[in-house]
Amino acid sequence: MIEGILIGLTTALTLQNILMVMVGCFFGTIIGMLPGLGPMTAIALMIPITYGFDPATGLILMAGVYYGAVFGGSTSSILLNAPGVPGTVATSFDGYPMAQQGKAGKALAIAAWSSFAGGTLSAIYLLFMAPSLSKVSLSFRSPDYFALMILGLTAIAAFSSKGQFLKAMMMVVLGLMLASVGQDSLSDITRFTFNNMNLTDGISFVLVVMATFAMSEALTIILKRNDPTSAAKQVSLTELGSIKINKEERTKMYKTIPRSSVIGFLIGVLPGAGATIASFLAYGMERNVVSDEEKEKFGKGSVNGLSAPETANNAACSGSFVPMLTLGIPGSGTTAVMLGALLGFGVQPGPRLYMTNPEIFWSIIMSMYIGMVILLILNLPLIPYIARILAVPKNYLIPLILFFSVTGIYVMSFNNFDIYLMIGIAVVATFLRLYDFPMPPLILAFVLGGLMEENLRRSLLLSNGSWEFLWDRTLTACILATTILIVVWHIYKTFKKKN
Amino acid sequence: MNINTTKIISLLFFIFSAFYLYTAYQIQVFAFDENAPFNARTFPIYLGYAGLFFSGLKLILPDPNTIKVDHKNLEYKKTGILILIAIIYGATILKVGYFLTTSLFLFASYYFLGERRWILMFLLSFPFVAAFMYLLHGILDIYLRDPFLQSIGVMG
Repeated sequence: MIEGILIGLTTALTLQNILMVMVGCFFGTIIGMLPGLGPMTAIALMIPITYGFDPATGLILMAGVYYGAVFGGSTSSILLNAPGVPGTVATSFDGYPMAQQGKAGKALAIAAWSSFAGGTLSAIYLLFMAPSLSKVSLSFRSPDYFALMILGLTAIAAFSSKGQFLKAMMMVVLGLMLASVGQDSLSDITRFTFNNMNLTDGISFVLVVMATFAMSEALTIILKRNDPTSAAKQVSLTELGSIKINKEERTKMYKTIPRSSVIGFLIGVLPGAGATIASFLAYGMERNVVSDEEKEKFGKGSVNGLSAPETANNAACSGSFVPMLTLGIPGSGTTAVMLGALLGFGVQPGPRLYMTNPEIFWSIIMSMYIGMVILLILNLPLIPYIARILAVPKNYLIPLILFFSVTGIYVMSFNNFDIYLMIGIAVVATFLRLYDFPMPPLILAFVLGGLMEENLRRSLLLSNGSWEFLWDRTLTACILATTILIVVWHIYKTFKKKN
Repeated sequence: MNINTTKIISLLFFIFSAFYLYTAYQIQVFAFDENAPFNARTFPIYLGYAGLFFSGLKLILPDPNTIKVDHKNLEYKKTGILILIAIIYGATILKVGYFLTTSLFLFASYYFLGERRWILMFLLSFPFVAAFMYLLHGILDIYLRDPFLQSIGVMG
């Protein structure tokens, strides 16, 4: 492992990669601050830029964007009570009241230090857990992978949209259907192309991500007359106050951070769960374990109440890399986008990545830690100024997002058809968003579609067409039982709510 | 049954799944693959049934979280114009080239979204695109096709 860490450090600490982490963190912070534009959009917009780099650098850039976006979301939660990403909603419970009391600087500092500590601790957990899990997952067979993918898709559908499980499952199926367009990987038979040559190679992953996230979010902002930047105009540089944290506050944070980081990391590892659930759970748990006197302060500017979700959401980000790096199955929409980008680079994440591309595996882990340090150094003193950058009106912001989306497709294919297809998918996605159909399950399904079919093919061929492979192995049966429980529970909840 | 837009979307998805399933059954597979446990049409067929199942459930089951969208408050005009500009952009980018079409796309989008600060609009279109092109093409070595710039000798 020491050798791996050194490989990772050597790769991550090159001037180019440090610069990439800095650019990623800065860009991610700005996008993450904008309510409605989350890490997935930020990463999607970065994909065309990563084409110019090697896979390790490209992924380091995207990881920096991810952390930056989560941190940026916390900033808008604290300053504006407008969470940039769902994972930072819990941050606003105590961060915003603190800012209203004239302690915005302190709240930002607590958030920054908690994020840093949460991210650092979880990077350490990842350091130890990922290689072990990689070795364990080498014993996984096709039926296990197939069952795991079903579980991942069901879990993301269950968690991504509150009370909209069936809508999310429809999006999962739509994502898998989109992934099935083009040549069959084994027989080269074309499917659903309707004799259109442009569809022979299938629909590009970048196209789907750009259409369902970047472009459709931009169109939704215009359609709903939202202005994500309007609130930022109210932020005054002089209202932030001191960023100094006193001894009493530090003592509280010392207790909160370790337990919240463990919760955050473990929730992040679970497929589909992620930063939002992690931050709410950590907030809830913290409220239960503190003294009655401290409990009273929750919701009114509690240090523990702010530190817990901030630690947990960053820890969950690192945790979500575990299934992606070790199993090749992303646990969240954001890591699905990163997996898609990795596949585009010709790198297949999974248990063998640890052996075949150790420089990628370890440099991602090491760059997480470096990213945390950079976020702390870069963002803490610069937050007031970054907040001012957000006063850029939407009249400029929206065309720029559309421009990045179209450029991403243009540099990839030099094809009009792809641009039309992207616009078409974006229009449909915008309409679906209006009615609360979640997009992350679609992306995850699109990325996993090919792998899922491949594993089902192998399983069915090995079992001579019998579906017994689903319960032949204990592991497969357990995974599927969990999936069935999730489905039954959500359908039961729908019935119960109505009655 | 309470008919709302979510139900209509579910119905459309049901019809789409039925069409997908029909098309999946029409996929031509090799003769020796016809009776194989798994062939090119197996997975799509399962997907078609899954689509029918989930959209069917959504249609039948009650919808406790009905989403109501106030269409009067939606900005259809600007969104439509923006989509139209994007389509024109897509149609011309290959023939005219990246620089000119992208700059004009940005300029037109700023204008239709209500911006009237001409100098800023100009700076955030033509010079901005030139700088971005330099980043992609010049620094990152990502090829950008541009017949216009090639015709005036700016690009090789």
